[in-house]
Amino acid sequence: MRKALSLFLVTIFFIAGCRTIPKDALTLSPESLAERQMQTRKYETKDEGKILSTCIGLLQDMGFNLDESETKLGLITSSKMRSAENAGQIAGAVIIALLGGGAMPVDKEQKMRASVITRPVGEREKYIAVRVTFQRIVWNTQGQATKSESLIDPAIYQEFFDKLSKAIFLEGQEI
Amino acid sequence: MKSKLGLVLIVCSFIVIGCATTQQRLLDSESSQVQLRSIQTRAFDTTDKEKTLRTIMSTLQDLGFVIDKADATLGTASATKLKNYALRMTVNVRPRGETQLLVRANAQYNVQPVTDPEPYQQFFVSLEKAMFLTAHQAD
Repeated sequence: MRKALSLFLVTIFFIAGCRTIPKDALTLSPESLAERQMQTRKYETKDEGKILSTCIGLLQDMGFNLDESETKLGLITSSKMRSAENAGQIAGAVIIALLGGGAMPVDKEQKMRASVITRPVGEREKYIAVRVTFQRIVWNTQGQATKSESLIDPAIYQEFFDKLSKAIFLEGQEI
Repeated sequence: MKSKLGLVLIVCSFIVIGCATTQQRLLDSESSQVQLRSIQTRAFDTTDKEKTLRTIMSTLQDLGFVIDKADATLGTASATKLKNYALRMTVNVRPRGETQLLVRANAQYNVQPVTDPEPYQQFFVSLEKAMFLTAHQAD
């Protein structure tokens, strides 16, 4: 009976804990400034539309499909579905299955989203700041979401902006 | 032992699920319209809707959100934050009189509406800093 009671309490705690929004969900974290810098580059131009159009081309280069856009506010959102299989996890599942542990779910697919925001900045708005943010949701072979996160590896942003510079060059825009 | 355990689990799930009807869940009937608006709304001393929206989008990005969509004509922006939870926010801007804009935000945390004043308070504090303006209580 005591076991049942403790189980009950644990269940309640678990559910109650999951329900409330974390205290820091809507406060600026100490890392937010560094993240903003990592995700932003400035280009010397006044033509926001041109930059946006180049960004759409770049997202297409990377296999994203456009979901939404709003030129007046400088917004593009896009997404793509990709495999989330990774060799290590599958090997682990195979070993467990061989040891008689049954079928273990492994990561199967993921939805990756990219959102680009442009903004005139600087004195007399001489520059356009481009900020990109990525996030993803991973589902396993049983259809459960196993990860949902922002992608904040600096290498991702480095490559994105390298490619953006290249796209600007390829389209022959004098930016 | 096993049947007792099962019983406890069933009772437990009833308590948790409660007895909200589809209508209550669809229309969030138990929350007060007036109170909710006052928690979710602030007034800013500016009339530049577009700039305000751009600042809102940039603040949401600073808070770890990815912008889903925005509309300059209607003055709305929606964004999602994923951090092993899903937090979705919609922010709406509309003029109030000749000198002010009303900014209203609503949020959903996983499958729950956010009705606590505190998260909204925190959001508007972050927004104030980016706007270089004070957020006034709207009522």
